[in-house]
Amino acid sequence: MQVIALAWWQLGLAALLVVALAACTVAGRLGMGRTLLIAAGRTVIQLALVGLVLEALFASARLHWVVLMAVGMLLIAGREVVARQKRRLLGGWAFGIGTLAMFLSSFTVAVLTLTVIIGPEPWYRPQYAIPLLGMMLGNTMTGVALALDRLTEGTWQQRGVIENRLMLGHTWQEAIGDIRREAMRSGLMPVVNAMAAAGVVSLPGMMTGQILAGTAPALAVKYQILIMFTITLGTGFGTLAAVTLASRRLFDDRERLRPDRLAAPRG
Amino acid sequence: MTAPPSLCLERLAVGDLEPVSLRVAAGEVLCLAGPSGAGKSRLLRAIADLEPHRGTVTLGELAQTDLPGHAWRRRVMLVPAESQWWAERVGDHFPAGEGGVRGLSALGLMPEVLDWPVGRLSSGEKQRLALLRALARGPSVLLLDEPTANLDDATTRRVEAWLMARIRDGGWPVIWVAHDPAQIARVATRRGRLEGGRLVEEVPAPCK
Repeated sequence: MQVIALAWWQLGLAALLVVALAACTVAGRLGMGRTLLIAAGRTVIQLALVGLVLEALFASARLHWVVLMAVGMLLIAGREVVARQKRRLLGGWAFGIGTLAMFLSSFTVAVLTLTVIIGPEPWYRPQYAIPLLGMMLGNTMTGVALALDRLTEGTWQQRGVIENRLMLGHTWQEAIGDIRREAMRSGLMPVVNAMAAAGVVSLPGMMTGQILAGTAPALAVKYQILIMFTITLGTGFGTLAAVTLASRRLFDDRERLRPDRLAAPRG
Repeated sequence: MTAPPSLCLERLAVGDLEPVSLRVAAGEVLCLAGPSGAGKSRLLRAIADLEPHRGTVTLGELAQTDLPGHAWRRRVMLVPAESQWWAERVGDHFPAGEGGVRGLSALGLMPEVLDWPVGRLSSGEKQRLALLRALARGPSVLLLDEPTANLDDATTRRVEAWLMARIRDGGWPVIWVAHDPAQIARVATRRGRLEGGRLVEEVPAPCK
């Protein structure tokens, strides 16, 4: 089966409908017309650019280009983690911890999946490596950002409790234990929910795409299960690592709580 | 048993406070007074090593930096003016084991209070229970920040009497932040005042 080709004018029809929606939001005074159009424009430009990049990447299929692309994606994800936090750690620690955690979990799981499980030739073949890493990074980013936000916000709000526990001779791990567990749980919740709802409530995007592209549903399902598991692994280990590192950074070498290491919320 | 150690501060400086040097011997109660905002609580926090500071604090032969933070704070126990409670039940805030919590009835509390949810406690009950839970951890030094601020007169006397008996038994050096001159007269063996960023002691007792 061949994929039915899409022409630009056909996309234009869909775009017209988006403009119609924007007009409705303006009429309803939702104050969203502009943001909606800008976001739609960004989608077109960003995806068109990434399409060009991927075409070039697939054509050359050299390891160093794949690595460069992966590192670029990682750094952008790290920036996004910082942007989504209300009270981030100061001095580049928010970016450093978030990026390191995502690097450790996503890259390790992606490389393992490519070399041991899927086994394309060569193992870094961009058609497999880049989409796999992209899906993992996207989800890991959400988990890490949620968990870190929960951790820093919880610590700020409960700093009195944490300090009182320190006064009673608790170690820093005991004093922040409840908040740390809460943060890890909130980071893991989205992937657990996604796995629980997969196929029943939602048809995962990648599987849908593969089926549209003519893959037999049985194979598409197998790939989807594999992706779900790798996403869960990446998000899970990334969240655990990020919360562990960040909570350590909230205390100094004398096990004092240091709320001064958190930025004041903007706005 | 060896004699209980004394607490020594040497040029301890935190915030805008001028460096403080003083010694509190075993069983001594140094009462600290002074206007609010003078840095009394901050000084106590520095002694408990909850805040970055300069200078040294020693307990007998033991320096602050010889121990990890939590081990130091377990010995040098700070009881803040405003206590915080994290668990559902009152009893969960006490260390588990040996024969329950001692001192409840002496402070006018019923044993059932341990099964109460924290939300049911009045501020006076919280203050007394905060003292009990701190002492239940077996400290060697007490730093008390207005320990009777939320109590009526009769209960204040009761808590004072009980605390003084425990201090005598334990031979602890104590720093007690208080405002009421009558209370200071009752409990202090020494007096100091924090004012204008300086500590003024009636009878200074430096470390060496």
